[in-house]
This record gives sequence, structure tokens and C-alpha cells, in this order.
Amino acid sequence: MSTASQESPAPRIAPPLAVLLLLALMLASLLVGVADLSWAALSDQDWLILLVSRLPRTLALVLCGTSLAVSGLIMQMLVRNRFVEPGTTGTLEAATLGLLLMALFAPGLGVFTKMLVAALCALGGSLLFMALLRAIPLRSMVMVPLVGIMFGGVIGSMTLFIAYRFNLMQSLANWSNGDFSAVLRGRYELLWLTAALTAIAYAAANRFTLIGLGRNLAMNLGLGYRSVMLLGLVIVSLISAVTVVTAGVIPFLGLIVPNVVSLMMGDNLRRSLPWVAWLGAVLVLVCDLLGRLLRYPYEIPIGTVMGVLGSALFIYLLLKRTRPAYV
Amino acid sequence: MIQVTSVTKHYGDTPVLRSVSLTLPNEGVTALIGPNGAGKSTLLGIMSRLQKPDSGQVLIDNLDVHSTDNALLARKLAILRQDNPISLRLTVFELVAFGRYPYSQGRLTDEDTNQINQALGYLNLHSLQHRFLDELSGGQRQRACIAMVLCQNTDYLLLDEPLNNLDMKHAVDIMKLLRRAADELGKHIVLVLHDINFASCYADTIVAMDQGSIAHQGTPDELMTPAIMRDLYGIEMSIQRIQNKPVGFYHL
Repeated sequence: MSTASQESPAPRIAPPLAVLLLLALMLASLLVGVADLSWAALSDQDWLILLVSRLPRTLALVLCGTSLAVSGLIMQMLVRNRFVEPGTTGTLEAATLGLLLMALFAPGLGVFTKMLVAALCALGGSLLFMALLRAIPLRSMVMVPLVGIMFGGVIGSMTLFIAYRFNLMQSLANWSNGDFSAVLRGRYELLWLTAALTAIAYAAANRFTLIGLGRNLAMNLGLGYRSVMLLGLVIVSLISAVTVVTAGVIPFLGLIVPNVVSLMMGDNLRRSLPWVAWLGAVLVLVCDLLGRLLRYPYEIPIGTVMGVLGSALFIYLLLKRTRPAYV
Repeated sequence: MIQVTSVTKHYGDTPVLRSVSLTLPNEGVTALIGPNGAGKSTLLGIMSRLQKPDSGQVLIDNLDVHSTDNALLARKLAILRQDNPISLRLTVFELVAFGRYPYSQGRLTDEDTNQINQALGYLNLHSLQHRFLDELSGGQRQRACIAMVLCQNTDYLLLDEPLNNLDMKHAVDIMKLLRRAADELGKHIVLVLHDINFASCYADTIVAMDQGSIAHQGTPDELMTPAIMRDLYGIEMSIQRIQNKPVGFYHL
């Protein structure tokens, strides 16, 4: 009898193949654009476009995709529900509200400070959502995201009202629809913070799996339940705030990616989290490329592409994962 | 030794435990019995630190379970509650391996792997170890959960109706296994049981609860009497000795 502790469902060639695919997509993202680069002999002008626009955009896509997918995964563990992500728990909406308030009351402050305030708001929103869930007795699987979407809707309409009254509708539109066309060198570097947050999430992967087993089992195994819960919410809130500040909201990503990976290889985060990160990056790169190519030379914002693709996938997952057999 | 001192608990206005005090010996199997709503599960929940009492305290080896470091307690005492709705897609092996988390935080040593394989073997789970939990029957999942707390390898093991969902063969197997763990490894096992005959055949001590209080405590021979059973459950039971164990018959 083999101990076979890690009989991986994915064959051994999968990781190198995955890295190759990711690199190929990143290369494609560098190649596609309105400006025509002469790849045989890059001029100074070409280098400038590459380093100031194309490369930052590609890196921003990878960082956003990775961290949003991972934050969705963590949220699903914390709430113990498959159908949540920061966009269905009020987290993103609260971050957006925070940004709006900063634009209103402290427009002169640096982007980092604004992001921190947005993250604090996101944390507050998420905690409020958790409290709401505890107060609502009926916790059917589909009820949880519905409550979250309604809760987010309340925060969203407050934000909308304020933005409307104070002529900030344009800023609001920038934050709430993901778009990478404006990413330039000097305007995306904050996103590297999400790489660090994703690394922290990976280091704590076992703790998040345990918290997904529920309070009783987690506490029995000696987990500091509240501190891990808080750690998870802080990571999710920071990732949400950073992405809203830099690229805007990308819907469904945090919902779909963890579900697909879960169906394929289960929920042991130590093993599945790298795949969630990878698939998040791949999906965002593909959607962004589609958005750039579909009506070339114009662009469709990635939020829109993802919204179309994501809602279809979401309905599929909803049908597949709410079968009685699964509960 | 487990010492429960004046533990009180209310759910809303309803008292569930009325100043319960209880001292349990160092080793052996203790069965908590009693009618529905007697407070057995709540008492077990409070003993295991998962629930907080309104007042009173629980000491395990002189450690107050509600103020001692959680990670330390996880190496001393394991608890499995009645319902463990696991919605995660983990394999049986992965779940059981988490039983070693208090020791290795997820990086398995050889010792951990041995313990895991032993627990899988005890519960007859080797053939299922790479299956996902959501592909198993309720009884198989229950066995996986028991294997998990077993390989936590703690001195104290608290189980809330561990025989739930199990067929007769597996129920008997688990009771025999727990008996062996108590006899050979010196573990102290406290379990809530609904089947009084399992309690009578396998427990050293039976604690009978009724309406939030301890009604009786003693050996199976002391407790398995028609009078006590009538008092506890309100039914007539004829007690017979089979293979030198008192067995209650109440089905007609």
C-alpha cells in the first residue's frame, strides 16, 4: 500500500505547460496594440511604447487576475459558500465608497493613502456582511450571495447618490468598470502589493482550508478562528481596494475561477491556490485580448467582456453545484 | 481528569444546563445518555470549549478549557460534534491528514504519515482515501471525520453521537475501536450515545442527564435498572443479562 499522500490529479507535466501558456498569453498581450511596432528592429519610440504602456498593462493584468481570483477563493472559505466573491459581499462596493469619500474630502492625498482608506472601508463592509449573515437564520446556499448582492446594492446606491450630487459620476464609472487601457508606467505599481498579499495567502493556505471546514472543526484542530478570519478579510479588503484604485472592478472573476479549480482538483488550498492564481491570470489575459481584438482598433473594457463570459459561466456553475447530491 | 464545576447555560430564556458539576475519571469510556433535550450535546460542547457557558468552568488536567491556548488544547483534547457539514471538496486522506494539524501545521512528518495511515486502517478507509468527501455516503463521511479526530492522538476524545449514520457493523466496529483505544492506549473517551445498550456494553461509566442536570452517574450495572430507565425515559424496560452485560429491551 503506497502512502500516496500527494497523488495529484494533475499529471506532472501540467505545471510547466501551465507556465508556458501563461507566458505565451503575456507575449500575445505585449504584441497586440494600436501602435505598430517593428519587432525586427525596435526603435526608441517602440521601446517607449513597450515599456511605458504594453508591459505595464500586461503585468497589471496578471497581477489583477491572480489576486482577484485568490481573494474570491479566500472569501469563499471565510463565508463557507461557493457563490460569493468580494463583488457579492459588499466588499468592492464599500471600497468604491471609500474612494469616493476620499475624492470628495481629501482629493489632495496620495493614491496610497486613498487606497488604505478604501481598504478600511472594504474591511468594514465585509465585517458588516458577516454580521448580517449571522443575524439571518436561513442560510440556504443561494441566499448568502443574494443577501450580499442586496447589501452591496445598498452601499452602491449610497455611492451613486453622493457621486451624482457632487459631480463625480465619471470617477465612479472608472472604478466600477474594469478597464486596462489607461494603465501606464507609474500608474499601476500599487498592484505589486497584491503579489505580496497573494504570497501571504499562500503561506496561510492551510489555515484558510481549515476555516472552510467550519468553526467547530477548525477550533478543534487548534486554529485561532477569529484571527485567521480577520487575516483573510484584511487580505481580501486590501486586494479589492488596490484593484479598484488601479484597474476597476472585474466582475465574476473571483467567483468563477475558484469554482472551476475546485471542481477539477478539490479545495485543499495548499494545492489548489496556485492553480486559482494561474487561471485568474489566464482568464483576465484572454478577456483583455478579446476586448482589444474584437473591434480592433477600438477596445471593449475587460469588465464588459468578463461580464458577458462570466454571467454565462456563473449560471452553468449555479446549475451544476446546487444539485441536491452535492450538498 | 475532567472537572466540570457549576456550569450553567441558557438558550434565550430556556435553561439547558442547570448548574452541572461532574468529575470524570482519567481513563476509560464514559457514555452520556438521556432523553432528547437533556443537555448532553451542550455539556459536551462546553467541555470541549466550542461553546461558552453562562457561568461555571471546565478543567481538563487542571487547564481551564475556556482560557487555555487553543493550539495547546488541540493536542490534549479532540471533539467531534454531531453534524459536520463539510462543503469543501477534500479527499478522505486530506481530511484525515488535517487531524495532524495541531502537531505539524500541515507539513507532514513521517510520524504524521504513520498516524494517518493507522487511523485510515482502523476505520477501514484505505480503499476510499483518494475519493472526495462529496462522493461518499453519510456513514463513510462520518468514519472519515472519526479517523481525523483519532489521528489527532489526544488524551481526551469527545464524540457527540459518533454512531449517527452508521450501519450496525460499523457502529460495532467503532465502539470496539474506542474500547481498545481506552484499554491499550489509556485514552479517555467521552461520548454521547442514544443506544443505551451500546453504553451498557462498552462504557465503564454512564452519566445520565435529564432536564439540564446530572440525574445519575455510575457503572452500567448500577444504572441499568428498570426504575432508573423509567425515571429517565418514561418507558418500561426489561433488563436482561446477556454475556454478563445488562441489556435493556423496550421495543414492544
